[in-house]
Amino acid sequence: MRTFVYVSAPDVPTAIQAVTTPGAKFLGGGTNLVDLMRQDIEHPTTVVDITRLPLSEVRAYENGVRIGALVRNSHLAAHPVIRSSYPLLSQAILHGASAQLRNMATVGGNLMQRTRCLYFYDTTAACNKRQPGSGCDALDGFNRNHAVLGTTDTCIASHPSDMCVALAALDATVEVESTRGVRRIPVTEFHRLPGDTPHVETALAPDELITAVDVPALPFAATCRYRKVRDRASYAFALVSVAAALQVVDGVVADVRLALGGVAAKPWRAYVAEELLRGAPATVETFRRAAEAELAPAVGRGHNDFKIELARRTIVATLGGLA
Amino acid sequence: MVLRVNGTTYELDLPPEVSLLDALREHLGLTGTKKGCDQGACGACTVLADGERINACLALAVQYADREITTIEGVDDPLQAAFVRNDGLQCGYCTSGQICSAVAMLAEFKDGAPSAVTDGEPVELTDEEIRERMSGNLCRCGAYNGVVDAIREVAE
Repeated sequence: MRTFVYVSAPDVPTAIQAVTTPGAKFLGGGTNLVDLMRQDIEHPTTVVDITRLPLSEVRAYENGVRIGALVRNSHLAAHPVIRSSYPLLSQAILHGASAQLRNMATVGGNLMQRTRCLYFYDTTAACNKRQPGSGCDALDGFNRNHAVLGTTDTCIASHPSDMCVALAALDATVEVESTRGVRRIPVTEFHRLPGDTPHVETALAPDELITAVDVPALPFAATCRYRKVRDRASYAFALVSVAAALQVVDGVVADVRLALGGVAAKPWRAYVAEELLRGAPATVETFRRAAEAELAPAVGRGHNDFKIELARRTIVATLGGLA
Repeated sequence: MVLRVNGTTYELDLPPEVSLLDALREHLGLTGTKKGCDQGACGACTVLADGERINACLALAVQYADREITTIEGVDDPLQAAFVRNDGLQCGYCTSGQICSAVAMLAEFKDGAPSAVTDGEPVELTDEEIRERMSGNLCRCGAYNGVVDAIREVAE
């Protein structure tokens, strides 16, 4: 690993000042950044360690919960408030990574992990994300794990987070701070689709620090399920995942939250399906129609064609289990 | 930097890019912790930081200067004999990571921490629970049945 200047920030003002140094990057739990630095894919010249900032609190309000950016994934998943009032979030986190990684990884770091694929990691391969303009070897390569929604010919990598899929379904907001002040970004707008600039993955400026994530309360949060389909039973990225919360009154869908993982460069909030579901009979037929409409624009690249039908079926099965 | 490992305090002069794993193995001579993938995928480097299991390969040593690190050299637990009795290993390369991981896993379960397969409260450490909770430790010899038997025996 290349060497760098290490700065441990004791408070937020010091951290956001330190990161204005050219080539500086924040370091949280390190589970993604340290790995990418070792592979020489990321090479910050200054590393600002933020793990000692006082941002590790989970605070419940009447209408929601505020999660500090440095809360560890394992602590969040096991937190009594999250388990009782936001079980979708707890389930999603527990389906990601391993116990060791969840102990290290922070909430902010989970949001900031790179959208990545094997060609991104392979420094001998063409990757527009690693080297803008170099091409994408995944398009005609081994693309079984790649995205089918919102892709372009510049990049078909999929976002690996499980936690973020639940946050997208739950309408969470990310609070960020820089020397210019504080602003709030809806989590559904936090990650970007590749477009012509796949190396720009989030709406965050390089000098902005995530300080908290706010999740509003959802009245029907208890009727939820995070379902993840993957190549082995545990500790693998999603081929497809579905985060769903469903409210059925007298056999009709009164309200629904639906998001998909493993299918796009961002956690994919299924607005098209939700629109069709609201007010419709809570039947398998309705669920299938909604799933088909959501996946209508999907494009496979060969090895990942199966994900389109897998996503449809996983949506239908997950909603069916909640109805 | 100062590292506290297995109750001993060490003064080290290391550049910031040195991982906790390399600090333990190359600079403190504590080679019980193994380097498998060096990218957070195998769990062979599992150690405890203030009792919590982590992958030492993805930890910069300097980030853990104020934590109490426990490696296999500092573990004295019935799990160790149980792994031997139950053939929880073949080549043994993953074993120190498996045991450190299992020590923390049993503590997490006792604390009521849920897993992805927990439905409601985690009341019984079933084989399914053990396998899910230990999924961050790979064994290329495939001694998983023995690992599960050893952990179940100690849990009971």
